[in-house]
Amino acid sequence: MTAYIVRRCLYAVPILVGVNLVTFWLFFFVNTPDDMARLALGAKHVTPEMVAGWKQQHGYDRPLLFNSAVRGTGKLTETLFYRKSLRLFLLDFGSSDGGRDIGHDIAQRMGPSLAIAVPTLLVALAVEVGIALLIVMFRGSYIDLFALLICIVLMSISLLFYVIGGQYLIGKVWRLAPISGFGDGVDAWRFVALPVFIGVLGGVGAGVRVYRTYFLEEEGRDFIRTARAKGLTDGVVLFRHVLGNAMIPVLTGLVVVLPSLFLGSLIMESFFGIPGLGSYTIEAIQNQDFAIVRAMVFLGSLLYVLGLLLTDISYTLVDPRVRLG
Amino acid sequence: MRSTNIIAVLILAASDVAAAPWNNPYPAADATADVYYDSFEERPKHLDPARSYAENEGQFIGQVYEPPLQYHYLRRPYELVPLTVREVPTPIYQGADGRELPEDAPVGRIARTVYRFRLKAGIRFQPHPALARDSQGGFLYHALAHADLAAVHTLADLPVSGTRELVAADYVYQIKRLADPAVASPIAGLMFEHIVGLREYAERLRRLRTAARASGGFLDLRAHDLEGARVIDRYAWEITIKGKYPQFLYWQAMTFFAPMPWEADRFHAQAGLAERNVTLDWFPIGTGPFMLAENNPNRRMVLVRNPNFRGERYPADGEMEDGPAGLLADAGKPMPFVDRAVYSLETESIPRWSKFLQGYYDVSGIPSDSFDQAVQYTTAGLTLTEEMRRRGIRLLTAVSASTSYVGFNMLDPVVGGDGERARKLRRAIAIAADTEEYISIFRNGRGVASQGPIPPGLFGAREGEASINPYVYTWVNGQPQRRPLEEARRLLAEAGYPGGRDPATGRALVLHFDTSASGPDFRSTLDWWRKQFDKLGIQLIVRDSDFNRFQDKLARGNAEIFQFGWNADYPDPENFLFLLTGSQGKVRHAGENAANYSNPDFDRLFEQMRHMDNGPGRQRIIDSMVEIARRDGPWLWGFHPTGYTLMHSWYSNAKPNLMARNTLKYVRVDPVLRAVRRSQWNAPVWQPVAWFAAFLVAGLLAAIRVYRRRQRATAL
Amino acid sequence: MRLWLALQQWWSGEAVLLWTDALLFLLLMALVAAYVHVRRDEPLRRSWRRVLGSAPAMASAIVLSVYILVALLDSLHFRPLQPAGESGERYEAGVLSVLDAALTPERTHTERSYSRPMAIRALEMTTVMDPDGLSRQEYPRLKYGGSHLQDPAQRGADLLAASARALAQAVLTTLLAWAAISGVLARRHGLSWRIAASGIPGRAGAVPWRTIMMTLLVLVSLGCLCAELGPRYHLLGTDKVGNDVLFQSLKGVRTSVVIGTLTTLLTLPLAIAFGVAAGYFRGPVDDAVQYLYTTLDSIPDVLLIAAMVLVMQAYMAGHAEGFSSVQQRADLRLVLLCAVLGITRWTGLCRLLRGETLKLREQDYVHAAQALGAGHLRILGHQILPNVMHLVLITVVMQFSGLVLAEAVLSYIGIGVDPGMHSWGNMINSARLELAREPAVWWSLTAALAFMLVLVLAANLFADAVRDAFDPRATRRSEEAGR
Repeated sequence: MTAYIVRRCLYAVPILVGVNLVTFWLFFFVNTPDDMARLALGAKHVTPEMVAGWKQQHGYDRPLLFNSAVRGTGKLTETLFYRKSLRLFLLDFGSSDGGRDIGHDIAQRMGPSLAIAVPTLLVALAVEVGIALLIVMFRGSYIDLFALLICIVLMSISLLFYVIGGQYLIGKVWRLAPISGFGDGVDAWRFVALPVFIGVLGGVGAGVRVYRTYFLEEEGRDFIRTARAKGLTDGVVLFRHVLGNAMIPVLTGLVVVLPSLFLGSLIMESFFGIPGLGSYTIEAIQNQDFAIVRAMVFLGSLLYVLGLLLTDISYTLVDPRVRLG
Repeated sequence: MRSTNIIAVLILAASDVAAAPWNNPYPAADATADVYYDSFEERPKHLDPARSYAENEGQFIGQVYEPPLQYHYLRRPYELVPLTVREVPTPIYQGADGRELPEDAPVGRIARTVYRFRLKAGIRFQPHPALARDSQGGFLYHALAHADLAAVHTLADLPVSGTRELVAADYVYQIKRLADPAVASPIAGLMFEHIVGLREYAERLRRLRTAARASGGFLDLRAHDLEGARVIDRYAWEITIKGKYPQFLYWQAMTFFAPMPWEADRFHAQAGLAERNVTLDWFPIGTGPFMLAENNPNRRMVLVRNPNFRGERYPADGEMEDGPAGLLADAGKPMPFVDRAVYSLETESIPRWSKFLQGYYDVSGIPSDSFDQAVQYTTAGLTLTEEMRRRGIRLLTAVSASTSYVGFNMLDPVVGGDGERARKLRRAIAIAADTEEYISIFRNGRGVASQGPIPPGLFGAREGEASINPYVYTWVNGQPQRRPLEEARRLLAEAGYPGGRDPATGRALVLHFDTSASGPDFRSTLDWWRKQFDKLGIQLIVRDSDFNRFQDKLARGNAEIFQFGWNADYPDPENFLFLLTGSQGKVRHAGENAANYSNPDFDRLFEQMRHMDNGPGRQRIIDSMVEIARRDGPWLWGFHPTGYTLMHSWYSNAKPNLMARNTLKYVRVDPVLRAVRRSQWNAPVWQPVAWFAAFLVAGLLAAIRVYRRRQRATAL
Repeated sequence: MRLWLALQQWWSGEAVLLWTDALLFLLLMALVAAYVHVRRDEPLRRSWRRVLGSAPAMASAIVLSVYILVALLDSLHFRPLQPAGESGERYEAGVLSVLDAALTPERTHTERSYSRPMAIRALEMTTVMDPDGLSRQEYPRLKYGGSHLQDPAQRGADLLAASARALAQAVLTTLLAWAAISGVLARRHGLSWRIAASGIPGRAGAVPWRTIMMTLLVLVSLGCLCAELGPRYHLLGTDKVGNDVLFQSLKGVRTSVVIGTLTTLLTLPLAIAFGVAAGYFRGPVDDAVQYLYTTLDSIPDVLLIAAMVLVMQAYMAGHAEGFSSVQQRADLRLVLLCAVLGITRWTGLCRLLRGETLKLREQDYVHAAQALGAGHLRILGHQILPNVMHLVLITVVMQFSGLVLAEAVLSYIGIGVDPGMHSWGNMINSARLELAREPAVWWSLTAALAFMLVLVLAANLFADAVRDAFDPRATRRSEEAGR
């Protein structure tokens, strides 16, 4: 088992190298440092000398891959690839094109992201599993069909609509929560309530549908029939046996998203003005702050790989049928 | 305290609910504090006065840094008055031999102009760790060890702060910083043309920096003299510029020329601070009425009253109607009037507007899509709607000194060039593009279709029939009227494109429209533009790109027709006309003339006009320049936006001042009235929650019943 | 009728083939081929008959085919014949689609700005100059909407009469269709026409005729209503620059269908080949495939798409001369967007297939086949692939709806389809602010959402039926229940 985990961890390295190469290609060959300089310097009065100055100041004035001007290892280390891309492996995110320390920003913004993402995940899980169980209780009836239809209707509505509608009704018309913003400490819950509610609402259709499928699958298994034949009531069977067994796919499905919770939700955060990593990313895309986007891509990939690792481990833990190949 | 306030306090005390509405985005403790609430849309990039050139940055640093001059808050036309100096300096002209010339000397004889500034004594900097000294009188934080830095993430982590008096050397130090390649000031290139010796100075600094093998770091600029900016004594300094450039004084009201204590530069140059975001570009140090106390661009920026502020007085005079409008109620009182100003990050227009209506922002513009909710046209003209008036909201309007235009790239083989064909094509497009419709659809009528490059209200702009662009408009019944579409079609045919068909390909003429616009309104805008060209049978390909690619296209001359704008740096027609001079050509000279328009006559007149003082002579030259530009039509002209501002009843001393940035000190709010209004307007509506809960309970009960019945059925 | 005229115009015009047109028709041909295959294969035919035997699936199938038909009509592009006598050119300059031609009054009747559905006056007041020189504010009459009415008060009666006419037409058409179908059925089963006709409304046989007829009636009614009212009113109002919302919504159909289908088309071969191979062979193959998809997948989608869209824009800016018309540009951007989306999407299915194959290869029947010495390809083709196909089908349809929805989000960030292209995502995006207006403009948002909802709903219902029919376990369950 330990050997397996170690092997999987080592496995993550080439993946991150691949990600690193892809991002380097996109952000240095496709968008040249000159483009970045021009944007960073603002619209008015930008001259070529200023572009050169900016590049020098931000350390973009090096060759991309190979520096023939210096000797020794400097040929490889005094390059943009080493300075801006490889350093990410040490979690050294450097400073943004706007001159800010990215690592500090990320550390600061992680809290608000989690404050939205964790409650959303937990509430959504509870609500979706609850509703799905209720529906399974009435499987085959019109209630089942109707609920399924509602689920499909809910999931065919764009998240943007939920956000616009929720902000409009709950924030503006009913004045139950601040329309947007974020607070410190305990005060934060007032700001968190609305995005969490809307996040849960936006995902409930798809979630219930998926869990319903899981439960129905379990419900069709032989041991459930046996349990039922023993005369157990429907409720007991559902809660004890169906739920118990179906929680395996449910929970392993959650494990993969756990690390990426740190990244937050792009849309929710930017709509509700939550200073998390999601809005950080959106702003970086819109401002074309390539250093931040690079860092976020790497961080995202890192967390994702971590999630995969956890999933694989949890799979082998809960389902012995999957061999450690 | 006025009587209304006493009643308000009673009301407030009487109702417990009033204290904290559910949707209050601010801490409840601040409910009645003397705080001004506003928002910002985008995180400011630069707070270093040598680098900041954007409106959204000026909002903050304008309150902190104090250049020598400022614009009078109330008087119009805009007038420069002293801020930290004793008087507005009068230019001293010198001939090539260095001898002083009389005031009316001909431009050709003036080799240099000297401005002498005399500083007021006793002005002190805000408390700042860079100025903190220990018991021996040495600087406390100028030699921070690496270990000291571990816990430092903002300036507030350094507990001790100090201050000192503002001296002339601080102003000179900042001018030197403008030339420093490590600072990369956006106006460096421009100032090289004006300030004597600045270009050479920059070159010297570049060499010094290369020699020191450091792109940043501390370089004591005090040790290197600059010919064009010299300290005379503790309270006086002089700036020498080449030739005559009357607009130079306007630059002295911008934060580029605000004082910078060398200690701050020294402090921030310490190794390790920059990595922790503690830079001069991020933590301003000034003498102004406010200082930046909280600097978190992800959430909010907070300005608090500078305890060392000298207490500048509110202006005692203004325009005729300012007195009756209540703008002189505070005349002579020491400013600022608010203790704090909280700016929250607000990236979307809808939440921002809703919070304004809920009383959580004190002032607001009107988002285009909420215009009808706020403003209506009645027989009396433009007035606020009933809803707004019931809330006690007031409206301010002002044509801003800016222009939003659509330009033709004059280097383009199709739409550019000097020939009659291209001129007719441009003119046809200018007639077909119905700017009035654009203003009415997308800006709710908030704007004036431009007749030339100079916005109305500025010197050089004409009024009445003389103001119209005769190539696009006719004067009918005392109104400019766009020439009919038939004329555009005729011009297009004369240009060689009958019905919009390109003779070369036999298909519709295809033109390219370059824009960097984005946002929800963007698509309708593009649709609208496409419709305009469609009227002539021309196909329009819209090439939208992000702002840096758009800039790139302009710089390389790859754009064909493009959307651009210009905000005035100072109230002078020169700041607009220079956008069309050949020497500013974007492709050839990396200047600001994005259309790459170049007309020798125009350029010659410009050189003549720029040195002149305002008067009939200058007006005549401007008129002929505008006529040349109208005839050639390098722009489609576009419009001059009108700014609309809404204010709550508790906000006073508001007068739009488009040039000044340091306006926060004039602002007064009545926090008690605000607290009362907020709780009146924000009573939560619980009904839907009750309905929702009832629905849930009912659904659950029904489910249980059905479940029981099914259980019984299967049990049988 | 208008459709017929439009097709005639297309026939006489110069055909223009865009990239997406070609791909869509390729897809259509693939579907026809699949149909032929299914007809020959008895078990598959049985499964499909089960799909079509379920009423919701049948209704969805009809709705889907209407959407696809609209998309196909919108994919027949041409340059119409120039009216004689003008210059020397044979064809007009602009490119149209058959749908454009068929919707010509709706397409060209643009107002100044907003108007409510079926309104005859604009939403906003404008200043009107009286003849005596006084200016006055009023809600102006629309240029086209209800312009045939002399007296605004007639609007209600006119709308009622037109709707009644449309309904009558619809009922008549449906009755005719019913009669025709009965005739065919009667012929095939050797029954009398009377019996067949009376059998249709009931639930005769495996085919849910009643549902088919009801769906047809609803769709035909809507179609007739559009045909009757469309030219005279703006049935769903107009948008900010006065374009007809109904027209835009219909144009959006093609964009959605293209994104939903072409992206998946790109996805499928990669995902199936890699996924199944990885799960089955394991070892180095598995490692290689996993490396590939994990690397791609571990880059957050939005960032990857944003970066690639930048590349795409740079490419198109550099090769501007290659795209001589607006449509070609927008079209190429759409194809590239599909490709980009495809790159980020195939990994999900791939992982799913790998996992399923991992499980399947441990099943007894696979071991049995291996013991019998069957080749890898044979096992893959006979034991594994058929048993993962339900996953493919379900994922495809689920992705279809997901992609349609994703388009809106991408447009919000500004990296979606060409902003000039008609798409529901673009409509919703510009309608974002419209809801906050006073008075609120809800029709663009509602129209786009309704069109999207119907499409996604139909796709999902259809997917469910497909799953029920193809998922062996589900089948087993239903068989057990039947016993």
